[in-house]
Amino acid sequence: MSQAVKQMEQQQDHWDLDISPQRNLLDLRLGELWHARDLVMLFVWRDFVSVYKQTILGPLWYLIQPLLTTVVFTFIFGSVAKLPTDGLPSFLFYMSGTVVWSYFATCITKTSDTFITNSALFGKVYFPRLAVPVSILISSLIAFVIQFIFFVLFMGFFALRGSVLQPNWWILMTPVLILIMAGLGLGFGIIVSALTTKYRDLRFLVQFGVTLLMYATTVIMPLSSFPNRFLWIVLANPMTPIVEIFRYAYLGAGTVNLPDLAYSFGFMLVVVVIGAVIFNRVEATFMDTV
Amino acid sequence: MSNTVISIENLSKAYHLGQIGTGTLSRDISVWWAKVRGKPNPYLKIDETDHGNRDGETIWALKDVNFTVERGEALGIIGRNGAGKSTLLKILSRVTAPTSGHARVRGRIASLLEVGTGFHPDLTGRENIYLNGAIMGMARQEVRYKLDEIVAFAEIEQFLDTPVKRYSSGMYVRLAFAVAAHLDPEILVIDEVLAVGDAIFQQKCLGKMGNVAQEGRTILFVSHNMLAIEALCQRAILISSGRIQQSGPAASVVASYLQSGEGSQILERNIEAEPRRPGEGTLFRLTQLSIVFSNGHAKLWEPIEFVLDFKCLAGKCKVSPSIEVWRIDGVCAFTSDAEDDGMILDLVRNTNGRVRVKIPHPNLSPGRYIVRAVARSGGSLILDWVNEALVFDILPVRNVSVRTNEKHLGTRPRSSWSIEKI
Repeated sequence: MSQAVKQMEQQQDHWDLDISPQRNLLDLRLGELWHARDLVMLFVWRDFVSVYKQTILGPLWYLIQPLLTTVVFTFIFGSVAKLPTDGLPSFLFYMSGTVVWSYFATCITKTSDTFITNSALFGKVYFPRLAVPVSILISSLIAFVIQFIFFVLFMGFFALRGSVLQPNWWILMTPVLILIMAGLGLGFGIIVSALTTKYRDLRFLVQFGVTLLMYATTVIMPLSSFPNRFLWIVLANPMTPIVEIFRYAYLGAGTVNLPDLAYSFGFMLVVVVIGAVIFNRVEATFMDTV
Repeated sequence: MSNTVISIENLSKAYHLGQIGTGTLSRDISVWWAKVRGKPNPYLKIDETDHGNRDGETIWALKDVNFTVERGEALGIIGRNGAGKSTLLKILSRVTAPTSGHARVRGRIASLLEVGTGFHPDLTGRENIYLNGAIMGMARQEVRYKLDEIVAFAEIEQFLDTPVKRYSSGMYVRLAFAVAAHLDPEILVIDEVLAVGDAIFQQKCLGKMGNVAQEGRTILFVSHNMLAIEALCQRAILISSGRIQQSGPAASVVASYLQSGEGSQILERNIEAEPRRPGEGTLFRLTQLSIVFSNGHAKLWEPIEFVLDFKCLAGKCKVSPSIEVWRIDGVCAFTSDAEDDGMILDLVRNTNGRVRVKIPHPNLSPGRYIVRAVARSGGSLILDWVNEALVFDILPVRNVSVRTNEKHLGTRPRSSWSIEKI
């Protein structure tokens, strides 16, 4: 009897939702995000399908983009500037860098537009806001996988033509590399997206900044050829170990060590935490400022 | 056990006036630094005048709002534009967070602040149903289960696999409302969705909402349509300048609201500069239109009078002005032509004038009406034409029942009934 009364009292005190001004800074409400997984997958599918509607080449663009970049890099940096490529075929050298880099770059640039491009939607209906950046990570991952397969095909082609490639056990680290890239892209992206609700300037800086950051990795030049003066910049860049390890794992040339990877991982964690805190703060009231 | 599903305590929401921040990062940092040291904002302008709910740089869209809503109740929220109704709904639907206070909710809450949010123009109707459903919190299984029902309600069977960018605006709205109406939440928050779509569909939506209410679910309904509020809601709150002015039975709150202000009626309007007019408006131009009621608002069976100001711009013209009163479902309730009364204006250049037309027995049933002003020359040449020039409500009189379905829209002549023994 008293049990039933107690239960009823509990029920009376139970509210499904408490809307109040402040909430825990680190509470990302991941449970809510998990409930919205259908929505995340629909966003992924929407991004994937809608981008290439009314285009002639359709999904082929996923292949053309990295291919063109690689060809341009091979021509300018390889043939004209004659930069060293650690003894690898320059085409594969640039392609490996481009494929890896473009995943990070799309994650960060698309995520950084989260609030601006979705302001109409966010202003009208509530759903876990993180669904948007998370869906971007996933849809970019699909593009990455397509480009990665393309890269492996080129590897096979070059191997048949007699190039010496040495894929090795570091390949098993690929998921970790993807995780770090996704984390970095997400973290940086949501920091920028949160700040752009107030300062639109940052939006223009991102494109430029990402390109600049690329030159401070080993996408263009191998670590072994960087002049000592600039080496610290390249080493401080958390993306450098990713590009190097990827290249070493699949092509067999590059500088690999675990502390560098640990550094990238730690960097990623810090960025994700800062991003989450800022995102959480901005998410609640950004509709009033955007 | 208490049946309260929404409990709102001291809810307040402040907005900053003017530009957000100071625009540049360096200034924002110095403002922030001053705040940290407990100094006043160095860039704050001294504001001598205090405008009601304005508080320095901030405006309180909501201030200490308290109310509760019981399970199965339909609560109407009324108030002028800018009173804070939409802010309240935005907080409840978690689009924005309150500045202080709490809003506690029991059960799944779904809000229709605007239909069609999240529709992607390049995707087909079917694809958008899934996407929109997911955005509003439906699982994919749930959408699949209700798909046929949604499609039937929206009447878009043939176009289900057409991209929605090729839809007519009516189809678009119907589809959007259909998805939202099939959400089946415990609490439904609705803001003025009925302002869209044609009248028949509006009736359908009202009907659907009535069903929702009868099923024991809770509705929060914001609207300018007082008839819809009265029809749908038992209780209403009136918000004014961010505070609850009145709360009680819908009928009495609506009545006092209509007495305090004019709702969203437009009873007087300068139409001289109105851009969208099918008539040329170059020879003869209507400049001002107003409607006059004997007691400040129009009641059933009371006379109404229109006052029309005009300007003649041509050398010489013969003009017959007329008034058309339209029901909200796009059917003309009546027209009144000056020519019918034997009046044709014979004007010369640069004359300004005013005509009045009194309609002693309009016989309009209670509801909302839209006025169109037309000026024709002699035969049928349209000199000027202003659509939706005025909007007015006919209020019911006591002891007259108001039916809320489409039947009430016909005329309602004053009639005498008698009984005889046969």
